[in-house]
Amino acid sequence: MTNLEKYDKAFISNLKVTKDQLPGLKYRGLEAWDSVAHMDLIADLEESFDIMMEMKDILDFNSYEHGKIVLKEVYGVDIEG
Amino acid sequence: MGKDPEKGGIVLEYAKLLEYEPYSMDRIKKTRVMTERLLELTEHHRSRCEDYRRILDGLGYDASKVKDYYDIPMMPVRLFKERRMSSIPEEEVFKTMTSSGTTGQQVSKIFLDEQTASNQQLTLARIVTDFTGQSRMPMIIIDCPSVIRNRAMFSARGAGILGFSMFGSRRIYALDDGMKLNLDGIREFLEKYKGQKILLFGFTFMIWQYFYKELCKLEEPLDLSRGILIHGGGWKKLQNEAVSKAEFKQRLKDACGIEHVMDYYGMVEQTGCIYMECECGHLHASIYSDIIPRRMSDFSPCDVGEKGVLQVVSMLPESYPGHSILTEDEGVLLGEDDCPCGRLGKYFEVSGRIRNAEVRGCSDTYERK
Repeated sequence: MTNLEKYDKAFISNLKVTKDQLPGLKYRGLEAWDSVAHMDLIADLEESFDIMMEMKDILDFNSYEHGKIVLKEVYGVDIEG
Repeated sequence: MGKDPEKGGIVLEYAKLLEYEPYSMDRIKKTRVMTERLLELTEHHRSRCEDYRRILDGLGYDASKVKDYYDIPMMPVRLFKERRMSSIPEEEVFKTMTSSGTTGQQVSKIFLDEQTASNQQLTLARIVTDFTGQSRMPMIIIDCPSVIRNRAMFSARGAGILGFSMFGSRRIYALDDGMKLNLDGIREFLEKYKGQKILLFGFTFMIWQYFYKELCKLEEPLDLSRGILIHGGGWKKLQNEAVSKAEFKQRLKDACGIEHVMDYYGMVEQTGCIYMECECGHLHASIYSDIIPRRMSDFSPCDVGEKGVLQVVSMLPESYPGHSILTEDEGVLLGEDDCPCGRLGKYFEVSGRIRNAEVRGCSDTYERK
């Protein structure tokens, strides 16, 4: 699985969305992405990429797009690469 | 600071507050910031919540007569049970939170939009990391998983667990849905994260009843000497069992070696800005909120050391008019800006509930079947 596939899979399984809904998706932008789902999503991403995120980054991780930037800039995980 | 025409600029104000350290303002600075923000919030809610406007009108509220935030009208906490107090249109409600309340009691309903929910989470993180540090820890939640099962409507207990979950790197529930201790699961969890600091979170009475009492029965005790326990939700039921704060700590330490135990005071009507207990055993007000003990006779502010009913003010609530609330709790202001722990702001203790008030703490409302 590519990094992008792993990344998308974490969103799709935790937020109950389809792949075409991912672009533009925002934390608390839909009912399913609440703080419970957020922590589950983060836990899955941490496991998939073998990282441990800091609290400030978890709170900064506020959209599908921005999450990629956080993972790349802070944790060196290149999702698009 | 730019003004967002739709929200009157106050969204930016709160984001700016979050940049300050949570215990960094002395009385003079805090009074100035708080007065300004609470005046703004009062106007904000007055123009958006019809019930709130009527109450202010009835009280003859005049913003130009407000000297400082002590003069801003307070809403009795019961109001949130009796009326739908909301400053947002129904379609913007992201979550509804309910206070704890035993069967037959009415519960408060608090309506959150995305912005206020987000500010609550950010505020809680600011406050709690001042005590625990930035790193997340493996976490044992001393409750049962069913508490957060209804995702659209959270009880106060659910909201507490949810809010604190972000401090956990890996999480386990200590109890199953029948309130039985999941001992095998906990032992396995502790083995896996041996040598690490462990965060434990739960409500005071639940910890006592379903965790501590079970731990006492073990032949091979659990070792939680590296644990940090954060608990809240009320002492009333434990006072009924004649367990004091000091005894609670000592008995837990005897049962599982835990040394680091912190109480907190908070309520669903002002989620996020909780009052954490410091190393000196005092509850602390952060820069995001404040407490004002008042005399029951005329509601004038109490002096240091004088017991009164607690008013809580918070700079956070934008989606509901809950920025100044008169609780049904009693407490005592112990001092301001001079706690030996070094944190600025007021520090206080909560002594109980005012007479005839309903039993209502989070941990107090789990009725045994």
